[in-house]
Amino acid sequence: MARDTVTLLPEAILVAGAVGCLLLGSFTPRLQQGRVRLAAALVALTAGIVSGVALLGDSTSAFSGTFVADGLTGVLRLTVCLGLLVLLGLAREVRGHPRESEVAVLMLFGAAGVMLMGGVQDTAVLLVAFFLASIPLYGLVGLSSDARAPEAAVKTYLVGALCGIFMMLGAAVLLGLVGDTAYASLARLADTERAPAAAAVGGVALLLTGLLFKAGAVPAHLWVPDATQGSWVTTAAFLTTLPKLGAIAAVARLVMALPDQHRWPLLVAVIAAATMTVGNLAALGQSDVRRLLAWSTVSQAGYLLAAAAAVRSPALGEGLGVATVTVFLAAYAVTNLGAFAVVAALPRLRDVDDWRGAARAHPLLVAALVVSLLGLVGTPPTAIFVAKLAVLSTTWGAGLQWLAVLVAANTVLSLAYYLRWVGACLRSRDDDGGMPGRLPVETRLAAGCAAAAVLLGVAAGPLLASVR
Amino acid sequence: MIPLLSLLVFLPLLAAAVLLAPVGDRAARWAFVGVTAVELVLSLGLWAAYATPAPGSLAFEEQAPWVPRLGISYHLGVDGLSLPLLVMTALVFAACAVFVLREQQRPRLQAALFLALETTCLGLFASADLVLFFVFFDLSIVGMYLAIHGWGHGDRRRAALLFFLYTFLGSLALLLGFVGLYLTSDPHTFDMVALAADPPLQGSGLTGGLVLAAILLGLAVKTPTVPFHTWLPPAHTNASAIGSVVLAAVLLKMGTYGFVRIGMPMLPEAWRAWAWTLVAVGLASIVWGALVALAQTDLKRMIAYTSVNHMGYVVLAVGAAGLAAGPDAAEARSTAVSGAVTQMVSHGLLTGALFLLAGIVWTRHETYDLGAYGGLAGRAPAFATLLVIGAFGSLGLPGLSGFAAELQIFVGSIELAPVAAVGLVGILLMTAVMLRAVQQMLTGPPGPLAEGFDDVRLHEWAPIAVLLTLSVVLGLAPQLLLDVVGPAADAVAGMVAR
Repeated sequence: MARDTVTLLPEAILVAGAVGCLLLGSFTPRLQQGRVRLAAALVALTAGIVSGVALLGDSTSAFSGTFVADGLTGVLRLTVCLGLLVLLGLAREVRGHPRESEVAVLMLFGAAGVMLMGGVQDTAVLLVAFFLASIPLYGLVGLSSDARAPEAAVKTYLVGALCGIFMMLGAAVLLGLVGDTAYASLARLADTERAPAAAAVGGVALLLTGLLFKAGAVPAHLWVPDATQGSWVTTAAFLTTLPKLGAIAAVARLVMALPDQHRWPLLVAVIAAATMTVGNLAALGQSDVRRLLAWSTVSQAGYLLAAAAAVRSPALGEGLGVATVTVFLAAYAVTNLGAFAVVAALPRLRDVDDWRGAARAHPLLVAALVVSLLGLVGTPPTAIFVAKLAVLSTTWGAGLQWLAVLVAANTVLSLAYYLRWVGACLRSRDDDGGMPGRLPVETRLAAGCAAAAVLLGVAAGPLLASVR
Repeated sequence: MIPLLSLLVFLPLLAAAVLLAPVGDRAARWAFVGVTAVELVLSLGLWAAYATPAPGSLAFEEQAPWVPRLGISYHLGVDGLSLPLLVMTALVFAACAVFVLREQQRPRLQAALFLALETTCLGLFASADLVLFFVFFDLSIVGMYLAIHGWGHGDRRRAALLFFLYTFLGSLALLLGFVGLYLTSDPHTFDMVALAADPPLQGSGLTGGLVLAAILLGLAVKTPTVPFHTWLPPAHTNASAIGSVVLAAVLLKMGTYGFVRIGMPMLPEAWRAWAWTLVAVGLASIVWGALVALAQTDLKRMIAYTSVNHMGYVVLAVGAAGLAAGPDAAEARSTAVSGAVTQMVSHGLLTGALFLLAGIVWTRHETYDLGAYGGLAGRAPAFATLLVIGAFGSLGLPGLSGFAAELQIFVGSIELAPVAAVGLVGILLMTAVMLRAVQQMLTGPPGPLAEGFDDVRLHEWAPIAVLLTLSVVLGLAPQLLLDVVGPAADAVAGMVAR
């Protein structure tokens, strides 16, 4: 029992820290709630250090194998904790808001849910993780002071609640079919006498629905653009980055646990294909940079799902599929956070055309934006390039050549809208005085994320080699 | 042991990073000249120290693991195919640096951008790993996009976007092809030397054909060949003078270099299956490029289309080399390949010079309209001399490098496929194109814009003169180049017949 708790220490630290921050917040005067953010950052840092130490050790599992702390979980935890630090830095925009401390608390709770989700090996625990990750999300969206926030929160909540119900239904069906909630027993789905194909497919598809909501993937993606546009940049960055990480890891683990029948990877591959294509096509027409980024994260979810679909790529040796998912998750998080940090540094520039003249006024910030956006495209030598190269290899190796071609085609498509934004920054501005000043801390965070995206790309070798 | 190639490749990038710090414009211009000059000296040093490496290996080789799990390594090396292009690249960049010594528009950033671009170009030709090759390939696109967008004129934004989208599409097709090679090799690797030594898709029929198709598509867009050339004229017309020079002289070679470096050695069987298509595409590019060039009234657009024609000769040669696999045709194959490489170098020198001349025309009156000038021979004799030499070289006059290249290409290709003789029409048409342009600009009564057309100044003519002189040297003594290219061409000619 004690060892089990140690295995889950990073999650426990986040949850306990969140409770502590909540208490601290209620005893702190409104104008000094920055302390709570600082405390939350310390909690995230501690959890990050513990995760890092855990990553150096061997893989372990806890609570009768319902949770596994392996390389994927370890890197995910580390990414989530570092991401939390960036997000808490961006949360300066919430300063002075009555709910300032709650924002930090909700982020800690949500992050704990995400981390739990990434290591789950049991459908019942998956449900717990899903709700732990989802409920803070509704609160975060709803707290935002934007006029569009209530609508966004309701939309997010309705889609989330519906997907949660589907997910529970799916878990129940699978429990009925295999008689257990552990992923290991999902192998019994291979026995068609016991588990009719229709029921098995239905159960898995329903279970997946909840994860697709967290990943912001088709068909449960409709909340993403509204929630991103209608909430704080911090919130938007949080909800388009962290939940995806846990959800994709969970999908990958599910695909690995399912038996070979019924071609489960194909199901995920089709969802991946639809997600990337829908996200890119919708992003093409956006003029609000936050909506544009929101749709871009939908398309990224598609690429991530492609990695998850090919997680068992037999042609390339055991473990490359998992390593690919792992690297892609870290790469995506750092790059996407970089793009949102740039938006946070110039929060008043909502429309793509508002960004005209930004390159002249704020060269460092635009450099970070260019690196982040080209990084999202997958231009070498950024991290997503290595990840995408690995995805092309694993999908092809898993017999999903068409998906590899689609990933490449979608990448070209995505270039069009990213370049529109970059191009706007490089143009000259008609009115010289109109460009607002950039926020210093956000700029540094953006530059840091962009630099990390390049570094992670150049040094992807050891990371890719470390996950088995 | 000093990693000479790494130094050559990354020194400009380092200089570019330094130039991002706010230094004076004057210092930046001279730093640009200085660094590119050092690069030129370094590359000439490599040329001097170069000895043909043993078959299946490279000279000045460097290798370090990069992403071992995916079979990717940091692997550099040169042979007779890449060394001439490296030197040509260094020379072209040095010429550009001198040419923009009077640049007024953000000279510091321009120097930084072009130095970074030099790293991507040199890196690509020195790469011995497909992923490394791709990294430089893609980054060159980003750099050129910024160059057109930031320093072009006219409808530069649209042209830059079209360029980026089109060539990026090509690059992803290329990447898919690379992944195909990686997955079918055993053990899985992206290493070019290993893939060329043991081509993976031999006897695979359709799969090999599809993988090569993806690679060919990527390279054909970059080259560009008909029908993928439509991005080229707007990109050239709207780019700055040195942007056009680098695009035409160096970036286009990335496509044709890929044919001889990747396509022929790594997918020989598929290459032979696609050979007739390549011959047809080459001939179409030759004739179409020349015909459309003949119809242009804009000097830069005209030169752009002559590039399509010139690259067509290269495609014809490498296609023809895949037509006959027998040992008796080995010499013809080798001649065609060596002609192709010579043509790449020659085109770099001549088109580089022509685009610099076009840049001079633009600085005088901000138009490329051929009809608006006239009688410049009397007003600007030095300019006229350079233009005439460049034009004659471009049409393939004996005594210049273009002739040496095209002679080899046609001697080799016609022996392998008599239909290649159709390409000779291209030379005829090119003569008409060039003579017409020279006539319109230089002779006759002075046109409306001939007034106030100052003759070339030192920083303008010197780089052009160096490029043209080298073209004459290679035209008179092609052996200088062939000593290096020959053995590598023999090797490729042998590998494509496997």
